[in-house]
Amino acid sequence: MTEMLSVVDLHAEAGGREILKGVDLTVDQGETCVLFGPNGSGKSTLMSTIMGYSNITVTSGQIIFKGKDITDMPVDERAKLGIGMMMQRPPNIYGVKLGDLIRVASPQNGEAVLADADKFKMSGFLDREINVGFSGGEIKRSELLQLTAQKPEFILLDEPESGVDLENIDLIGNKVHDLLYDSACPGRGRHVSSLVITHTGQIMDYIGADKGYVMKNGRIQCRGNPLELLKEIKKNGYGECDACRMIRL
Amino acid sequence: MQDDKAVREALSKKGAYGADIDLDRYEEGSRDAEQISDLKDSKYSAYMEKVGVIADEMNRSGTLMFIDNAPSHCSSAVQEGLEMMPLSQALKVHDGLKDYMWKAVSPTKDKYTAKSYLEDSDGYFVRVKAGYHIKDPVQACMMLDTDRTIQNVHNIVIVEDGASLEMITGCSTSPHANDSLHVGVSEIYVGNDASLAFSMIHNWGKETGVRPRTGTVVGKNSAYTNNYVILNPVGTLQSFPSCTLDEGSSALYNTMCIAHEGSDIDTGGLVYLNGRGSSAQIMSRSISMGGHMCARGRLVGNAPEVKAHLECRSIIMKDGGSTSAVPELEAHVADVEMTHEAAVGKIAQDQIEYLMSRGLSEDEAVSMIVRGFLSGSINGLPAELQRELDEAISQANLGD
Ligand SMILES: Nc1ncnc2c1ncn2[C@@H]1O[C@H](COP(=O)(O)OP(=O)(O)O)[C@@H](O)[C@H]1O
Ligand SMILES: [Mg+2]
Repeated sequence: MTEMLSVVDLHAEAGGREILKGVDLTVDQGETCVLFGPNGSGKSTLMSTIMGYSNITVTSGQIIFKGKDITDMPVDERAKLGIGMMMQRPPNIYGVKLGDLIRVASPQNGEAVLADADKFKMSGFLDREINVGFSGGEIKRSELLQLTAQKPEFILLDEPESGVDLENIDLIGNKVHDLLYDSACPGRGRHVSSLVITHTGQIMDYIGADKGYVMKNGRIQCRGNPLELLKEIKKNGYGECDACRMIRL
Repeated sequence: MQDDKAVREALSKKGAYGADIDLDRYEEGSRDAEQISDLKDSKYSAYMEKVGVIADEMNRSGTLMFIDNAPSHCSSAVQEGLEMMPLSQALKVHDGLKDYMWKAVSPTKDKYTAKSYLEDSDGYFVRVKAGYHIKDPVQACMMLDTDRTIQNVHNIVIVEDGASLEMITGCSTSPHANDSLHVGVSEIYVGNDASLAFSMIHNWGKETGVRPRTGTVVGKNSAYTNNYVILNPVGTLQSFPSCTLDEGSSALYNTMCIAHEGSDIDTGGLVYLNGRGSSAQIMSRSISMGGHMCARGRLVGNAPEVKAHLECRSIIMKDGGSTSAVPELEAHVADVEMTHEAAVGKIAQDQIEYLMSRGLSEDEAVSMIVRGFLSGSINGLPAELQRELDEAISQANLGD
């Protein structure tokens, strides 16, 4: 399989502190990879670095996407290359309506997706200022609506199910599924690659997973079968990861 | 009757805010203007459109146009309850109009008002009779067309009891009249159970001086909205419109400004909440592109159950200028709820990058945020104005 994304010995700092301390990770084309790790280990920072947010400075290492070195590429060019991100805590955009952004950002599919907004329980939010006063679940659904219009080839999903109540988890799970699978052509299977941060693994019920990574203290601690990793973490917590040398990279 | 001597003395009285302007630098503006019957075909139509005045008058109840100090066009769709004409003419047909002259703005306020008073300035007169709701906006255009002159106008708007009106005024300078001065006295009267949305859109020259003086008197249970928009370069502009509210009435002041390099803008709103249960909001959104910007707001609570909020937000896009927000609250009774917020800074990078992560270029992201900042989070803009504003923002050349 060809590599979609590869992160090579990536070091990055934010707020004057080194947060990523040599991250190595690959996502192959069509692959769904999950990323586990304790709070504060640097998972969200890694995603923001891959997306290109400038509050994080890469000090060494590389990010290769579809064979291209994108380490120094501005955010919009990464988006145009096919990277999309569901942020854990997206910023409030005062004065800009959600519907307007979708229309401007996705001239081809924007309107069609907006017409479908009720399927995301978002029709009442299109005239609202983006993220302003949105609840946890509303933020997820808004991010999903935007990504559905954007149609990225590779998606970074930062805790898609966290803060979502039971009633909405199906909706989120199914919409994430739709993003990754070509529903128009079921035979084709998965066509979009992804890296997904999850604590509970719940999202895996909807999208499966091919590979799992565990991040600790700014590094990838181990990688392996995602279900087994999850079982291990649920049983022994992340402390055991230190002891486990078998699948240590 | 005013004591003319006192007014003459006021001719040397500097304005409370803003740089002093030497009135002797300018000639009197002409009291003689070409009469334009079809605005579309006039050489001014492009300037008018830039300030929200629609030349073909579609979806407008009527248009009044002044060039320098003289009326040049007045037309209105047949519309019951609406009267519009030059003030000079209105004074001849309405004896009672004298009672509205210089009641909302004092002629001795400063040299600019004194000048208008002593020159007996003409201007527009718009009146909506009691009980009439005028569907489409009335528009007025003030063209400054001669360099080194003063445009000195006196406008009166009256919306009587139970009536409503939306008014759009556009002020513009011809390119060759760059170094000129606009002094406009506007007196606005809103009766009981009435509403007026008054929007002013401006497009001056890089050296134009602007010193408007606006006073509004609002009766009981009425609503007054004042939208003030200036997105293009200006020399020096200072304006601090004031309003008094009676029982149960509300005032909303929205100011949207861009201070370009070389521009000095000092504007805002002052509301006296004199009636029980009256409310006011002063919202200012400004951007400094290297110019000087001062956003003022002052709320005075003189009656119980008053609610008022003041919000000045400013984005600095370029160094070289200065930005200040001056919010003032003053209460004379205990039972009031008055708050203010002020923020000055640059656009947050994470907001720009968030939009870029959806595929917008940096310029597109910045202009979307700026547009939203200027108008999107302000409530109560008439739909018509929102469209004009979007157009003006897209023409305002926010990039380099
Ligand atoms: N902009 C920043 N400035 C300073 N510290 C930051 C910044 N962003 C993240 N951090 C810190 O980096 C560490 C990793 O954060 P994060 O990537 O959000 O962790 P995770 O997503 O794994 O919970 C945390 O200690 C966090 O406080
Ligand atoms: Mg996180």
